[in-house]
Amino acid sequence: MKPKHQRLVLALVAFVALIGAGFIAAAALRDEASYFYTPTTLAKAQVEPGKAIRLGGMVQKGSIVRGTDGVSITFTVQDQEGEQNVAYRGITPDLFVEGSGVVADGRMRADGVFVAESLLAKHDENYVPKELADIDMTAAQQTKDTLSK
Amino acid sequence: MMAEAGLAALWLAAAMALLQLAGGLSLIGDGKLASLIRPAAMVQGALCVFSFCALIWLFWITDLSVLLVASNSHIDKPAIFKIAGTWGNHEGSMLLWVTVMALSGAAIALLEKRIDAKTLGATLGVQAVVSLGFFAFLLFSSNPFERLVPAPAQGAGLNPLLQDIGLAFHPPTLYIGYVGLSVAFSFAVGALLTRQVGPAFARAMRPWVLGAWIFLTLGITAGSYWAYYELGWGGWWFWDPVENASLMPWLAATALLHSVSVLATRNALRAWTIMLALVAFAMSMAGTFLVRSGVLTSVHSFAVDPERGAFILTLMLVYTGAAFVLFALRIGTVRQGEPFQLVSREGAIVANNIFLSVILGIVLIGTLYPLAAEALGDKISVGPPYFNKATVPIALLLMLALLLGPMLRWRRDEIARHKYWLVGFFAIILWSGVAVWQFAPGVGIFPTLGIAFALALAVASFVPLKGRNLLRTPLPIYGMVIAHFGLAVSVFGMASESGFSKESLTALSPGQSAQVAGWTVKLDDVNPAIGDNWVGIQGEMLANRGGKTFALHPQSRQFFQPEMQTSEAALLTRWNGQLYAVLAQPDERTGKWQVRLWWKPYVTFIWFGGALVALGGLIALLGRMLRRPRKPAKNNWASE
Amino acid sequence: MTRPWLLWLPLAVIAFIGGLAIYGLLVPKDELVRSAMVGQKLPQFALAPATAGVQGLASSDMADGKPRLLNIFASWCIPCKAEAPHLETLKKAGVEIDAIAVRDRPEDVAVFLDQFGNPFRRIGADNEMAVQLMLGSSGVPETYVIGSDGKISYQHIGDIREEHVPMLLEKLAEAK
Repeated sequence: MKPKHQRLVLALVAFVALIGAGFIAAAALRDEASYFYTPTTLAKAQVEPGKAIRLGGMVQKGSIVRGTDGVSITFTVQDQEGEQNVAYRGITPDLFVEGSGVVADGRMRADGVFVAESLLAKHDENYVPKELADIDMTAAQQTKDTLSK
Repeated sequence: MMAEAGLAALWLAAAMALLQLAGGLSLIGDGKLASLIRPAAMVQGALCVFSFCALIWLFWITDLSVLLVASNSHIDKPAIFKIAGTWGNHEGSMLLWVTVMALSGAAIALLEKRIDAKTLGATLGVQAVVSLGFFAFLLFSSNPFERLVPAPAQGAGLNPLLQDIGLAFHPPTLYIGYVGLSVAFSFAVGALLTRQVGPAFARAMRPWVLGAWIFLTLGITAGSYWAYYELGWGGWWFWDPVENASLMPWLAATALLHSVSVLATRNALRAWTIMLALVAFAMSMAGTFLVRSGVLTSVHSFAVDPERGAFILTLMLVYTGAAFVLFALRIGTVRQGEPFQLVSREGAIVANNIFLSVILGIVLIGTLYPLAAEALGDKISVGPPYFNKATVPIALLLMLALLLGPMLRWRRDEIARHKYWLVGFFAIILWSGVAVWQFAPGVGIFPTLGIAFALALAVASFVPLKGRNLLRTPLPIYGMVIAHFGLAVSVFGMASESGFSKESLTALSPGQSAQVAGWTVKLDDVNPAIGDNWVGIQGEMLANRGGKTFALHPQSRQFFQPEMQTSEAALLTRWNGQLYAVLAQPDERTGKWQVRLWWKPYVTFIWFGGALVALGGLIALLGRMLRRPRKPAKNNWASE
Repeated sequence: MTRPWLLWLPLAVIAFIGGLAIYGLLVPKDELVRSAMVGQKLPQFALAPATAGVQGLASSDMADGKPRLLNIFASWCIPCKAEAPHLETLKKAGVEIDAIAVRDRPEDVAVFLDQFGNPFRRIGADNEMAVQLMLGSSGVPETYVIGSDGKISYQHIGDIREEHVPMLLEKLAEAK
């Protein structure tokens, strides 16, 4: 290889690598970036089963059912107009109670149940996810409605 | 008085930086002020050390009339935490930053004799510009010596996170690494200005890159272990923005470390090395910005402040923007380096650099993507699945390049010369891959390849010692061997943990047992536990395997301020893995306790390997420093 | 160099990152969780006394047509201790302050009042955070300004500092 060409080749290799990184990233992002849904938007979105998503909303009053093994639970997440059934196996956050806000990372199962891989209770002061800020505006009103029923 | 003295010293230090800059600028003209540069840098270093000591003193005596002390310390705080409190907050850590930076400048002024006077002047001039930005930041928006009138009686409460000694030393470790990269940046821009991009420049810059890299390696390793035992999720890397912020500068520094060796030894990869130095600095600034500004949400809690974020962002854009403009305009006039064949040590290092850069790009895209999506109106989070899927294959390719790279000759080599080694490595990979696949077919492709490649690399890392007189082998070679071996150890731990961890999630009544990977863990009892600023429960567990019994005491703690719950996992370390136990809240109906158990085979290898990598860096650094020539360097790079 | 445009690529990347970062800083990032109850009538509730020797708090207790403050605190919360002297100042200025202790124990509340003073007229115990959630409060301390019309006119999130005292007095005057 002639010295004169070497620098050009190296620069092009670096450039191609950069483009390659972009492509790898774009391909992986398409599969794995998890979009944020509320029960209402999730109902409209037709998310295919197995795709990583985030679900946020309020834990519906009276919906938490603990399994007999002591470690699995099911509950319903609701927002203004929609509801979504969620199944989770694991340790629930301390402040995960009925009526509290929750953000769940997980995937839709073919039967329409959202299988959560991790739960985040909103009242964990350390971590109020940005996505939930909008919901909080209405959360108080809903809690009030639920409590006064 | 001490606070005023400290502040005065800081202002004087800033004035010294200005003087240092004036000296640097005079090099463009007649150079009359150039003699000022070195003394100014040294005095600046001394002043900053004085200022930092003043702040430590104020924390030591708990002078509550100083705002920073009052809001971050407490009379009843243990002594070690009082001192750690000095840098356990934003203002103090920025003071530490400028102090380390000024000390680095003083060290360059005092010791650096390898590069010509003009390039050295330019380097210190650039360093003065960088320092001035941070001085402005410190003095105008983060003054650590601000008084509080009237002084409160006892100071704010104890921040539980700062009660963790590991966390008290983690951020400064990373910061020292970042400062090292800023020094490398100054060298690179200085060399660009005088067009002296050659081996002398590379040898002057190398110890700083190496030092920065050692600290970054230690910081990342320690941070990973902290997350592992503190968060109670059983994971050791979460691809969280804060973690990525420390990983990106490390990736750039690792690439730079290798390319600067090529430049020092073989006088090649000139433009590329300069660019990496600029990128590494940009990444460290971007990391600080991401952590401090709160632009991205993270599970690690940090005091965030958008205004300060804006300041850091401005500094980053001005410095790196100006440097890249200079780079684009100037690099074409830098003479091209020495040529080399594709199959050569240089070629292998180019491969290393490209793979590292691609990983860096993927991490950067993944970290910033949620922000970009938000700008377009989408709410998205990018999690571990993306990062694992996109980076692990590249990292495996990088390991392949690493098998052969260190044994190749400089300039030109033949693959055929190494065919027996290649066949040997291939045999190890094939044998261990098939063995893993036979033994545990469901384990997945990445862990299988990870273990196979790690075993091959563990052997390959020692090949550079072959045929050498071990007593006369230079320390940097040993450093390289140990660092590469450490990487193999660490990757083995990662692959083993991610492929072979066994988990058991159950609800137990006291007296009941759970099984995981041959261990029988009995929950004897659950008792209340109380600490200084938390209440909680503690499980009394007995773990038994092969007739030996060990006690485990996982806790679940409720802190008051900030209000948060932490799981103190109980860890039982054996040579071949760790048993990790987490206790959670009781099930109200049955009175059973949720217990989560993991057996993580060879998980400690991850951090042990990380420590070996840093040790390798340290040995190499010692070797470079001990061999430092007293006189201006002879042109002996060819003999290395 | 034969490909000068390639040299400007790093600069472009940095500029792009910078642009994103500036955007990230500029978009309003109110991480505080504002209550949706501001401007609405105080919800109905009745809480038992938080400790011996104080009166419990019901929403009807606050419907006497006077503007007042409703402070949500807990004895385990450190900013609550920090704001105690400023609540005292407000009380001296003639403000009536009611309080709700969240997830607390009576004996701890007693110690807290003993140590940091008791500027409160009534203190209700909210052990399940039910009223706290009802008010749209997501943490402690928070302080609500209740107008003479019985509506929540302002929500202060976090501890009250010295500089907030005049502002709160002003809000109270507005809420008349």
